[in-house]
Amino acid sequence: MTGVRILTAGDSALTVEFGNEISEEINRQISAYNRMLLEHPICGIVEAVPTFRSLTVYYDSQIISYQKLKKKLMRLTEQLQITAAAKRRIIEIPVCYEEAFAPDMSNVMNHTGLSKEEIVKRHSSKDYLIYMLGFLPGFAYLGGMDKELITPRLQSPRVKIEAGSVGIGGEQTGIYPLDSPGGWQLIGKTPVKPYDPEREKPILYEAGDYIRFRAIDGKTFYEIRELVQKGAYSCKIIEGGV
Amino acid sequence: MGVLVKQPGVLTTVQDKGRAGYQSSGFNVSGCMDQKAFRIANILVGNGEEEAVLEMTLMGPSLMILADAVIAVTGGDLQPKLNEKPLPMYRAVSVKRGDEITFGFAKDGSRAYMAVNGGFSVPGVMGSKSTNLKCKIGGFLGRKLQANDLIPFASPKTALPSMESRRLEGVTYKEKETVLRVILGPQEDYFTEEGIMTFLSGEYTVTGEFDRMGCRLEGKSISYKNGVDIISDAIALGSVQVPSHGKPIIMLADRQTTGGYAKIATVISVDIPKLVQRSIGDKIRFQKVNVKQAQKLIKQEEREFIKLKRKIGE
Repeated sequence: MTGVRILTAGDSALTVEFGNEISEEINRQISAYNRMLLEHPICGIVEAVPTFRSLTVYYDSQIISYQKLKKKLMRLTEQLQITAAAKRRIIEIPVCYEEAFAPDMSNVMNHTGLSKEEIVKRHSSKDYLIYMLGFLPGFAYLGGMDKELITPRLQSPRVKIEAGSVGIGGEQTGIYPLDSPGGWQLIGKTPVKPYDPEREKPILYEAGDYIRFRAIDGKTFYEIRELVQKGAYSCKIIEGGV
Repeated sequence: MGVLVKQPGVLTTVQDKGRAGYQSSGFNVSGCMDQKAFRIANILVGNGEEEAVLEMTLMGPSLMILADAVIAVTGGDLQPKLNEKPLPMYRAVSVKRGDEITFGFAKDGSRAYMAVNGGFSVPGVMGSKSTNLKCKIGGFLGRKLQANDLIPFASPKTALPSMESRRLEGVTYKEKETVLRVILGPQEDYFTEEGIMTFLSGEYTVTGEFDRMGCRLEGKSISYKNGVDIISDAIALGSVQVPSHGKPIIMLADRQTTGGYAKIATVISVDIPKLVQRSIGDKIRFQKVNVKQAQKLIKQEEREFIKLKRKIGE
């Protein structure tokens, strides 16, 4: 793998940088690299954080030294080419786009000139790559939204947006994993909890996964929500090739 | 069975080593700001070094002890008192049911730690008892302590073997100027040579914008090449971010997991405790070291901890 740099982030972290742009290709390399680290753990690594263009590895220098880890990480980048063809994991998130859950649908309609049906169709017919998680626990930076849906953020952000709200902010789309202030245009809501600290896996997805939104009606929203509250609902996961 | 909060102080939270392992999902690490004082407090009361303690900030709480226990207070001097008499710091102290422990304003340092033998009985969330204020999880109900909160003890003992030897010399944070050693990077190439010189030679002042997330400094602006916005990447503990105004911000325990400003350097691990005990107006200078030196210092400090444990009979 060419162009990979290993940057020093203090005495307990190294950043493996794969590039300096936001691209699916770079992100796929990072996901594959992260998977390799998980499958072949290096003793002394505490955790690894994938981002848009790099993977930061936190480590315990009492177990593995800087020199040794740097060498191992570099060697791993050379092996990456062989295993890069990774499987795609798509997590299906049910979203209700009905009026009660979509306070800003009219803003998006006005801005894009599209009908509500067309917006829902376009928004729910794509698989969005999760580039990284950050900002809030479980907040996924998604790539690949239909350009026709681009709508600027609200001029005045809301003080509180409920967890599960689905919105558009500029070229980005995403789900609010917990109640939080925010300025995105809200076009729907999911009854599932992307983040639940009580769940064995508190976050539903990870960087490198894809999210697919499935449009549901209000009745289904409440049915799923009831199941979620009982801990009896799991999102559909589709595994496939690249 | 535990400790009753009569006055909460400015910011008193339950903290431990921190919640590692979930940064890739967006959870900041949190944990004690001064990991050194935290570990010593636990060692003094015979706990595992990573047991949860109370972290108190600037103006401490007033507490009532509801069960006999052994406690130790370390870190900054928030003028602790036991039943209105000075409570010695850096030492295991037996306390009785009904005793009152009160803290005042920080006289030296900024953050104090109180450990109790056996620890506090709060549920672990994702492997840690640390309070994550942003996500409202961990610690006591995921929040800072309030009046009338009752934090239960897990399994307190009324006395420990060799109580007399469980004492260490106090620590002072009073110094004219603190030197923080840094390792350049990960984005030092975003800055001009002159900017790096400014950073390494200038004197910086701790501002009021100093909380568990980070410490903003005032001083000479650090010049950069074409801008300091980067495509977001991970933020390590001690990262020195430089936004476009050119003034450094050092990222601490509650820092967000990722961010979009270039990081000129990272403060080395053993110097973080010195930094978090600073207060407004304190002067700071940066000194460049390499990774090898920094890791040697960590090793040295670990050896000091072993000696310290031997000394107090652990």
